[in-house]
Amino acid sequence: MQEHYGIALAFGAVAFLLMYMGFIIQKLIAPNNKTELKMDTYECGEEPEGDGWLQFNIRFYVVALIFIIFDIEVVFLFLWAVVFKELGFLTFVEVFVFMAILIVGLAYAWVKGDLDWVKMKLKYGTGRYSAARLHEAETK
Amino acid sequence: MADFIFWIIWALIVASAALVAFGNNLIHSVFALMGTFLGVAGIYIFLNADFLAVTQIVVYVGGILVLLVFGIMLTNKISSAQISQSSVQKWLGLIVVLGVLTIILTAVLPHDWVGSITPMAFNETVAGIGKLLFTEYLILFEIASVLLLGALIGAATLARKEL
Amino acid sequence: MDQLNSYLILSAILFSLGLYTVVTRRNAVAILMGVELILNAANINFVAFSKFVTHSLDGHLISVFIIMLAAAEAAVALAIVLNLYNDRRHINVDEANALKQ
Repeated sequence: MQEHYGIALAFGAVAFLLMYMGFIIQKLIAPNNKTELKMDTYECGEEPEGDGWLQFNIRFYVVALIFIIFDIEVVFLFLWAVVFKELGFLTFVEVFVFMAILIVGLAYAWVKGDLDWVKMKLKYGTGRYSAARLHEAETK
Repeated sequence: MADFIFWIIWALIVASAALVAFGNNLIHSVFALMGTFLGVAGIYIFLNADFLAVTQIVVYVGGILVLLVFGIMLTNKISSAQISQSSVQKWLGLIVVLGVLTIILTAVLPHDWVGSITPMAFNETVAGIGKLLFTEYLILFEIASVLLLGALIGAATLARKEL
Repeated sequence: MDQLNSYLILSAILFSLGLYTVVTRRNAVAILMGVELILNAANINFVAFSKFVTHSLDGHLISVFIIMLAAAEAAVALAIVLNLYNDRRHINVDEANALKQ
């Protein structure tokens, strides 16, 4: 069994080496004379304003959150898929209950508008983009 | 050869965990944490835990680490690529932690855990874990879904700007 | 590699480094990273004992549940950290000592 992992490790090592070979070769043979103008973001054209590193939007976090919950669901579903034939139909019901409970969470996020990227029609929302405020703005 | 790779992975885990604990740059710490997680996945393979090794990579490296990077990116006004972090009470903490380490090692190492039994080399673990999960630990499995639901709803509510 | 002690020592070191991270860091995200180290140390112990002592797969199953709990914990804790940041503009836990402003 262990030697299979040895093969996988060898593949990984070769892939890693091939990836870094490009960097190493260009380090060795490419000419290296850095000037301030060359290190600019755009060598000719716009002067960049501010920094490229800016703060993320918080909505990325909610998407990552939903991803990780269903990532874990996949781990459990994989275990189920392997033993389904052996243990029979009852496990199907069990997994159905499991998934139904998790889908409640997805429905919650959907209803609350966490999945919409442009939050213009937030039915149950509050704040700037709530339906009541939008309606107010339209009728004004 | 396998022995050699084992000790390489062992050293990788300790070194990268030390970088997490003692490093000054938060981004470097997160990438060192990735080294630790991958090393622990390697250790699982040496322990014949194939399913856990893959789970470790899928959930920890693919999920939790991404969440942590998001946490860093969302909570720092990044004016340069350096995101520094500082520690408090380093020496006191070091003394306490070394004491804890000594206690653990003196308690654990002299005990003869194994006896005369040889270690069990599991051939493959996925079907075995699945069978246990759907028979003996079924309640735990269903409760886990409720916990995940709570985590999803709670975190999504907290993360929304307007509650 | 075929001795329990090498895994136990590794786990103890990993646990200590995680504990050091938790007790000395000021940044809340760094503290979360320390918690993940501690959970990984516990996982190594579970799997090692499962191979060397109990010879059953229960330890593996508990490790799967620990990984699941770690993910849920990280998600909720980071949401709390984000709220702290929105409130205070920093996430230093030693300065977050008031229940309200």
